[in-house]
Amino acid sequence: MGVGIQVQDLNAWYGSTHTLQDINLHIPANHATALIGPSGCGKSTFVRCLNRMHETNPIARATGVVKMGELDIYKDASPVEIRRRIGMVFQRPNPFPTMSIYDNVASGLKLNGFRNRRIIDETVERSLKQAALWEEVKDDLKKKSGASLSGGQQQRMCIARALAVDPEVLLMDEPASALDPVSTSKIEDLIFQLKSQYTIVIVTHNMQQAARVAENTGFFLNGKMVEFDSTHKIFTNPRDKRTEDYITGRFG
Amino acid sequence: MSRAEDHSTTLDRMTADHNVNSDSSTPPALIVSHFVQEPAPGTPQAPPPEPSEIRRFLSQRGSGAFADNSFAGVILLCACSIFAIVIFIAAILIKSSHLSIAQFGLKFFSTSDWDPVSGQFGALPFIFGTLATSFLALLIAVPLALGVAVFISELCPRPLRAPISFLTELLAAIPSVVYGLWAVFVLVPLMRDQLGPFLVKYFGWTHLFEGANFGVGLLTAGIILAIMILPIISSITRDIMLSVPNHQREAVLALGATRWEMIRTGVLRNARIGIVGAVILGLGRALGETMAVTMVIGNHAEIAHSLFAPGNTLASVIANEFSEATGDLYLSSLIEIGLALFLVTIIVNAIARLLVWAVTRGAPARVS
Repeated sequence: MGVGIQVQDLNAWYGSTHTLQDINLHIPANHATALIGPSGCGKSTFVRCLNRMHETNPIARATGVVKMGELDIYKDASPVEIRRRIGMVFQRPNPFPTMSIYDNVASGLKLNGFRNRRIIDETVERSLKQAALWEEVKDDLKKKSGASLSGGQQQRMCIARALAVDPEVLLMDEPASALDPVSTSKIEDLIFQLKSQYTIVIVTHNMQQAARVAENTGFFLNGKMVEFDSTHKIFTNPRDKRTEDYITGRFG
Repeated sequence: MSRAEDHSTTLDRMTADHNVNSDSSTPPALIVSHFVQEPAPGTPQAPPPEPSEIRRFLSQRGSGAFADNSFAGVILLCACSIFAIVIFIAAILIKSSHLSIAQFGLKFFSTSDWDPVSGQFGALPFIFGTLATSFLALLIAVPLALGVAVFISELCPRPLRAPISFLTELLAAIPSVVYGLWAVFVLVPLMRDQLGPFLVKYFGWTHLFEGANFGVGLLTAGIILAIMILPIISSITRDIMLSVPNHQREAVLALGATRWEMIRTGVLRNARIGIVGAVILGLGRALGETMAVTMVIGNHAEIAHSLFAPGNTLASVIANEFSEATGDLYLSSLIEIGLALFLVTIIVNAIARLLVWAVTRGAPARVS
């Protein structure tokens, strides 16, 4: 089961650029939460702060409190522990090119020293099924390289890879923006099914996508969160004029 | 009906539809797209009568077939020159060593007598010396070079990266005779007085460190070779590791990897082919290195099991004895030693490449 995330006064910088300003937000457990906003508004930085990937950049830093359940992820745990519990799917599919499909999906387990072959086999199959890729690759799991798949398949494999370590939260940073409409709809179906078991945060440029998959939506602009509400409310009756302008396509 | 009129009608209809939509009392469930509102089309502008300067210029340029073909020809010539040089060198070596080839045949490569006085020549001790020192050098240099490369590309604070890289590359620019001098005055005494006794004391059980230790010998040669090939291996490895895209590092980190696991899975694994390439380049230099090795290896043609024993390499025996070679058979044998070095280099490279091929078969090295 997933776990909720509470964000208090989160600020983030890249060098001297203040990319996130005073973000306060509650992401409920076992729901999909969408983050929308124009390019460069800080939504990617925000999700990268949730699993402490932001700080892997040497010039980046962040302050504030991010709680996963009762755990303060910046105080009570190391980044490694946090990232084992919060999976991430990136904008561009990033399979490990030297590994087979099987090894790609199992990489998170093997990396962390998990050795039980039977459970690894089961997990690879379960994750690939969850990611709706099993039928397409089950015959050459160990024969084909992860990089030999098509872009959409690679992205679903990356989702399977993230799911294989059984995370409580799944962060998706524009997971479908590099994909064609067919692959995109497969990934949306996937999110729709996964959100009963995981807490999902999805960054997207595509507003229909947010409307289709997410219960809640946050609108980011220039490093600030302008509005956060149920998706229905954001898209039908936004409180803020800027949100309305954005979703009606008047800017951005 | 002309095309312009047709267009304007469609546009009117679209605009009208749109107005109906936004006038309706209940807001639409999802307002996400608008038709781009173009201004009502006025009088259509006539296309420019003259083709533009750019179009005219481009249309006069011709097919470029001649330039393309001649470029391909020149490049082909350059590529062929490599084959020509290799064949030419091999031919000259074989031709100049025909005396010794006729006298000893293949036994030249398998006998270990090297006795210019009685006219007995066998290259085995030198082949052994070359392989042993090069192997020792790799054994020492590869882990060290990988460490340096990992540090520079992954761990080093940015401001230190350039100075350290520069220092490593500076090592590569020092002429080998200077390494030889340094080895004679620093490494040899160190080996004789400190390192040697230490090795005997703690690693004597391997039987690799037996016999008299004069400070010169296979091990000293291996160490100086290791220092000489370190910069080439580490700087190429560093470049390869820096070229591994960052998304591979992020992918591993996001799975909960520690820094070392990230380096192993996200960087070294992706860079392995290039790293082997760097090692092969280093090996090539070690096999052929002459001056520094000649100065510290002891120049004694025998196959010893002790790393302290003086030895000789294919390159160092040529350097040592060429000027004093009396008699055609002696000279011809030394040239055949050159041929042997040529063959050893080719065979070792071939084996290394086969190894790469065997390891990576089925798993492409391409990093997208």
